[in-house]
Amino acid sequence: MIGLGKRTPIAPLEYTRRLWMRAWVGLVLFFLYAPLITLVAFSFNDSRRNIVWRGFTFKYYEKALNNDSLMEALVNSITIAALATAVSVVLGALAAVMLWRFRFPMKAAAEGAMALPIVVPEICMGVAMLVFFAKIGFPTDLPWPFNLGAITIAHITFCFPFVTMVVRSRLASFNREEEEAAKDLGANEWQAFRDVLLPHMKPGLVAGALLAFTLSLDDFVITFFTSGPNTVTFPVKVYSMVRFSVTPEVNAASAMVIALTVILTTITLKMQSRMGTIAQGH
Amino acid sequence: MESWKNHKALFAAVATAPLTWLILFFLLPLGIVWLYSFGTNQGLTQIDISGTFANYARALEPLYLGILWKSVLVAGATTIICLVVGFPVALAIVFASDKWKPWLLLGIMLPFWTNLLIRTYALMAVLRTEGYANQTIGWLHDKFGGLMTLGGLPPPGAYEPMHLLYNNFAVIFGLVYVHLPFMVLPLYAALDKLDKSLIEASLDLGAGHLRTLLMIVAPLAAPGIISGIIITFVPALGAYLTPDLLGGPDSQMIANVIERQFKRANDWPFGAALSFILMYATFIAIAFQAMKARQAEARQ
Repeated sequence: MIGLGKRTPIAPLEYTRRLWMRAWVGLVLFFLYAPLITLVAFSFNDSRRNIVWRGFTFKYYEKALNNDSLMEALVNSITIAALATAVSVVLGALAAVMLWRFRFPMKAAAEGAMALPIVVPEICMGVAMLVFFAKIGFPTDLPWPFNLGAITIAHITFCFPFVTMVVRSRLASFNREEEEAAKDLGANEWQAFRDVLLPHMKPGLVAGALLAFTLSLDDFVITFFTSGPNTVTFPVKVYSMVRFSVTPEVNAASAMVIALTVILTTITLKMQSRMGTIAQGH
Repeated sequence: MESWKNHKALFAAVATAPLTWLILFFLLPLGIVWLYSFGTNQGLTQIDISGTFANYARALEPLYLGILWKSVLVAGATTIICLVVGFPVALAIVFASDKWKPWLLLGIMLPFWTNLLIRTYALMAVLRTEGYANQTIGWLHDKFGGLMTLGGLPPPGAYEPMHLLYNNFAVIFGLVYVHLPFMVLPLYAALDKLDKSLIEASLDLGAGHLRTLLMIVAPLAAPGIISGIIITFVPALGAYLTPDLLGGPDSQMIANVIERQFKRANDWPFGAALSFILMYATFIAIAFQAMKARQAEARQ
């Protein structure tokens, strides 16, 4: 479509202007999006059977919003994600500063161990968490929100290494002279950190926080192994609903989460592009 | 970078919390599982760490070896399909105009951010016997089946819906659907760094597009292709949700067997041994990639 206006012949390297290439990319995007778009579209369909279009309705959204156990699961998920994000950002930022600033014995081992939660198969980590909480006898009958403790701990463990990764790449563009200048002008270690280093880290912290929030909200496998009968999260609840049937109510609930994801992703990308322009400005 | 010895208090303030967390809530749990893999069940909840290799020996029995091998095959097929499907996409993004590039990248990345369970559920609705795929094919069949009589062929019978869900096809389809962005993004990163004049030179000297792709682009982008393969293969090998929801009784993968040992079969030592086999396989794959990346760096 873009090339139609200009009549220039297709140069050898303009692969994207070739028809078969466009058809291929179009097909792949169709493959990626068609299931999600039909899922959202049919959440508005006024028919239980989910296949034939019978008119527009919000009733499945109403039903999903009035489904107490579904909403409880959603509140649990958001609570866990918020708690896990808060702790992950602190731990992740500390680890990033540690790896960026210091030389210390066994640093390579520490770096490797820090990357391990990112690469270990989810199922292995889920199993490890299950065994660990059973072994230490983590109490399961605590009142809300303390009953979410085990899941939150597991989520922090796989979220904070991602925050470390993002913040560390942000720190790479920090000019150490700024910190030295602050110290020359009489700032102590803490003041230099708070007034110079922290403002520089901020976009990385925000991007890391959004990443941690999305990861926590998304996680099914690890949560599946750490959740009890009273601590159901949104993905675990949807899983138990999906196992039995495909209903418009699940479509409606999924569509709401997709909307939340799109909003969060948009904010993240906005932050990252701003981070990019700031980095170039230096 | 400064030595920790010059700022001991500061280093302690920064390092204590994350390292403690990592040891307590990650390395210790993995360590317990590792110990359990050498244990035997004593009664319902008691596990005796007896140092036995019986759990690993049991994992090598034909039944479990078969499932392991099948997981490797399914993950391998997924990776190859992702590579074949994803390579032209990555190439298209690299050569796209500046206006389109970010949108194409976003288009590939957005599903990646969407909840895995929701994506799998969306596929179930497409692949079911009365799902969208069968509906569409059935509709085409009824609409255009009549045309066959024009060609002198007998008219086709009523449309028999295909069984697309709960089988190995659905598992591979689902894994490709989920892991395609894992492949496209590293391929894009590798191809984007490529010196375009080398491709032009190859084309000027008379090589065709396919030959240029195979002899020039592929070897130069090899580190990116390898990391794409590993990044796709590793999570596909350990996939739990896709085979669980889309697969049939014979499409279990290793993760499903591990889950069963811990939840229903209650044979933790055996499950622990299987998880560590999966972990070792993962580490070997990652070590291989790191080695190749280092080799490529050394060549440059």
